[in-house]
Amino acid sequence: MTAGILKTSDGQWSAASGSNRTRSLWLAGLLVLLAIFVVLSVTVGTRNVAWADIIAGIGGAQDNIGRASVALRIPRTCLALLAGGALGLAGAIMQGVTRNPLADPGILGVNMGASLAVVVGVAWFGMSSAHAYIWTAVLGAGCAATFVYAIGSLGRGGATPLKLALAGAATSVAFASLVIAIVLPRGDIAGGIQSWQIGGVGGATYERILPVLPFLGIGFLISLLSARKLNSLALGDDLAAGLGENVAVARAVASLGAILLCGATTAVCGPIGFLGLVVPHVCRLLIGIDHRWLLPFSALGGACLLLAADVLGRIVARPAEIDVGIVTALIGGPFFIWIVRRQRVRDL
Amino acid sequence: MTVHASTIDFVISNRRRRASRYAATLAIMLALVMAIFAITLSIGQSITPPADVLRVLMGETVPGASFTVGQLRLPRAVMSVLAGFCFGLGGVAFQIMLRNPLASPDIIGITSGAGAAAVFAIVILSMSGPMVSIIAIVAGLGVALAVYGLSFRNGVAGTRLILVGIGVSAMLQSIIAYILQSAPAWSLQEAMRWLTGSVNGAQLDQALPLLTALVVFGGLLVSRSRDLEALRLGDDMAAALGTKVAQTRMLVMIAAVGLIASATAVTGPIAFVSFLAGPIAGRIVRNDGSLLLPSALTGALLVLVADYVGQHFLPGRYPVGVVTGALGAPYLIYLIIRVNRIGGSL
Amino acid sequence: MTDHLLVAKELSAGYDKAEILHGLDLTVPPGKITVIVGANACGKSTFLRTLSRLISPSEGHVLLDGKSIHRMPSRLLAQTLGLLPQSPIAPEGITVADLVSRGRHPHQGLFSRWTRQDDEAVDNALTATKTFDLAERPVDELSGGQRQRVWIAMALAQQTDILLLDEPTTFLDINHQIEVLDLLTDLNHTRGTTVVMVLHDLNLAARYADHLVALADGRVHVSGKPEEVLTEETVRHVFGLESRVIVDPTSGRPIMLPIGRHRMAATADKMTRDTSQKEKSA
Repeated sequence: MTAGILKTSDGQWSAASGSNRTRSLWLAGLLVLLAIFVVLSVTVGTRNVAWADIIAGIGGAQDNIGRASVALRIPRTCLALLAGGALGLAGAIMQGVTRNPLADPGILGVNMGASLAVVVGVAWFGMSSAHAYIWTAVLGAGCAATFVYAIGSLGRGGATPLKLALAGAATSVAFASLVIAIVLPRGDIAGGIQSWQIGGVGGATYERILPVLPFLGIGFLISLLSARKLNSLALGDDLAAGLGENVAVARAVASLGAILLCGATTAVCGPIGFLGLVVPHVCRLLIGIDHRWLLPFSALGGACLLLAADVLGRIVARPAEIDVGIVTALIGGPFFIWIVRRQRVRDL
Repeated sequence: MTVHASTIDFVISNRRRRASRYAATLAIMLALVMAIFAITLSIGQSITPPADVLRVLMGETVPGASFTVGQLRLPRAVMSVLAGFCFGLGGVAFQIMLRNPLASPDIIGITSGAGAAAVFAIVILSMSGPMVSIIAIVAGLGVALAVYGLSFRNGVAGTRLILVGIGVSAMLQSIIAYILQSAPAWSLQEAMRWLTGSVNGAQLDQALPLLTALVVFGGLLVSRSRDLEALRLGDDMAAALGTKVAQTRMLVMIAAVGLIASATAVTGPIAFVSFLAGPIAGRIVRNDGSLLLPSALTGALLVLVADYVGQHFLPGRYPVGVVTGALGAPYLIYLIIRVNRIGGSL
Repeated sequence: MTDHLLVAKELSAGYDKAEILHGLDLTVPPGKITVIVGANACGKSTFLRTLSRLISPSEGHVLLDGKSIHRMPSRLLAQTLGLLPQSPIAPEGITVADLVSRGRHPHQGLFSRWTRQDDEAVDNALTATKTFDLAERPVDELSGGQRQRVWIAMALAQQTDILLLDEPTTFLDINHQIEVLDLLTDLNHTRGTTVVMVLHDLNLAARYADHLVALADGRVHVSGKPEEVLTEETVRHVFGLESRVIVDPTSGRPIMLPIGRHRMAATADKMTRDTSQKEKSA
């Protein structure tokens, strides 16, 4: 599978995408894009609000419905930025660690694992504090990731895309039925069944965001620092070991970063799929395979995409909203199929 | 050609043994289905004596039993059996045709396609009855063709088909979720039906269209069972044995999608029944005969038992799909582990 | 016993847009063993697949007794023309007897019952291939050679007068290769079955063929008796390889010995080394 990632970007090392100038240009472009989406996210919603009210709302005024809804959009935008960045980055890490182009926190069942852990905590252990939520989510994400990777790498050929994707899909479905089974008989939380299965950033408040910040912060830090390790891992375990990398440690550290990011994000938003699949692939096309660039780009790109998906979900079905998890699945599904089609059968 | 008396006797007895074992297995499974059917009719929250159940079935009015048995338990049991037949048959047909237990309609997105169409027709277009089934069948076929077409690149590779199916399935699931979310007044019951499948609120008048579909599509499948068996030896070998591979495949696909979609339109996508029935039946009958009928019976058993368990043996009441889902997912994981380890097929 | 005539006429065929066979003509001699050889990608497998109607030709015909096989009812054709593909699939856990009886498929209609004739065919196939003792074993547990004999038994149970085999000896150890080829020759001698097969190994091909066909570039380069076909010229044209062809003292058939650039007999080897040294010093 090494070929999967290296192959697509072979020539791009030396080609345009490799030069720092191009990368800086793309970086600037991405930042501009991000700024545009942030503005859109604050100004556009299911309700039309006059410009004056928007500005007043940003200033904190909440004295009419328009201003109040703008005030609600600000934490929502912050959450979308954080969650998108986290998932994009986590996707890039997972693809690097597994050398598998289909790796994604959603497809590999990691998000669903976090979701299940939270549901179990709430339903059986009466968990209610935000910190407990996050800890369990991270724990669940970690267990799910280990489990899926263990199943997927059994047998000949190690963790091929097919085996990992199947193991992930199966685990996701298993966890999803368990979530339903646990939640259903409990009237108090049953109403939110869907929010345990489909992620969204609606209804975000600073109070909900604040507790995850340390987790995300550490996650971002570990992840971004593992770029060099991922670059070695990309050459295959044997070669990476030959270059003096401790393969197992490198893999564990990078995975820890990704799991922190996924778990924390899922604890606040619920499972959001496909984002971590799409973003790193697009970034790789733009700037090549050097993880020192790829990781920050994936974070920025993830933030952009999640914001865009959220804005889209608010406007296409007015006056209702579509959860961002649905939008990302609809965008990501075709992308997933495209990647599958591009692979040679032997690699699957 | 000389025939050695002793060896041919051996061949004959060998074949007869397999045939009678197959017949016995089918009989036992059928008896089991009927026994559990009877149990679900007479034992529920309250126990109805078998005599009363019979009288209700004969059309008599029995105070205290007519409603529970005739209105609640009977439709539920009938629907479970019919849906189980449909899911079991349709699922195993796909698994045999594509020679991969993972290529069952619920994994490669056909069930979700039918489900999405049905929920769209019911929630958005406020339709009901056979029209919903027809739309579900058309959508199921469309998804089947789309998945097949999307995985076509210098021939269809099984692995690619499954992955494409997983992708399509994820999209369709989120469409179902969206429709449910935007439904003006979605009840938890309805939502559960479309998310995991349920026979709650089954009515006898839904049974007739489903029975028709079962007879038509199931009959078509069974009439092709020998060709399907030949397909298990590989496409080339099947062709060498005189099977029209492309034609068989097309017919089997239409029939299987018809079965799956008709059942899905009524009960929702009962999780994993079409995936589980074939492999379980395969373990039971081995290679003694066609897997079609055993899988149908296994499907019916699965739905009947899972629904009964969900209703009476668990704290709280669960729709059948939650139970089959909780049962099927570990099996799916086990199967993946097994295939990863030793390779192999159904 | 058989006088069914299988003829390929101006056959062109291929996959998707790539044409692999370009107007190939061949008459398969009835009651004989015909072996098709050629380099990789010369179209030998494609040819065999077209002969057995797995591929439809873009031009030309495959005629069985004068009728195009692509227009015949497939079940009827399968009673005359059998094929053992390169990688058939044995359903997991299936027993030998069961698998062999699958070969009766073309002889069974939708409602027809299993007859004494069917049992006899299975029995004969098991006996002829010496797989009778394996009858109740699962196919998965057999060795490669045994498994190949079982597949041949299945093709025999089909009771076709013509049997096509696509590389029946690949992935087999040399002793099993000989075992399979001997078995096929037995069948040809005792039953008169016309055998057509693709083989990779030129020497085995020349040894077991009555009629040897060398393909090159999607056409028949030369065909006829092995002594006429397997020549140094043919090897050069078909494989682009220099060789010596001598007579095998055991079978009297031609045998091909490749000439590489190294490891010549002592004198020749030394000579080349000397010349290269001279060139260097000069």
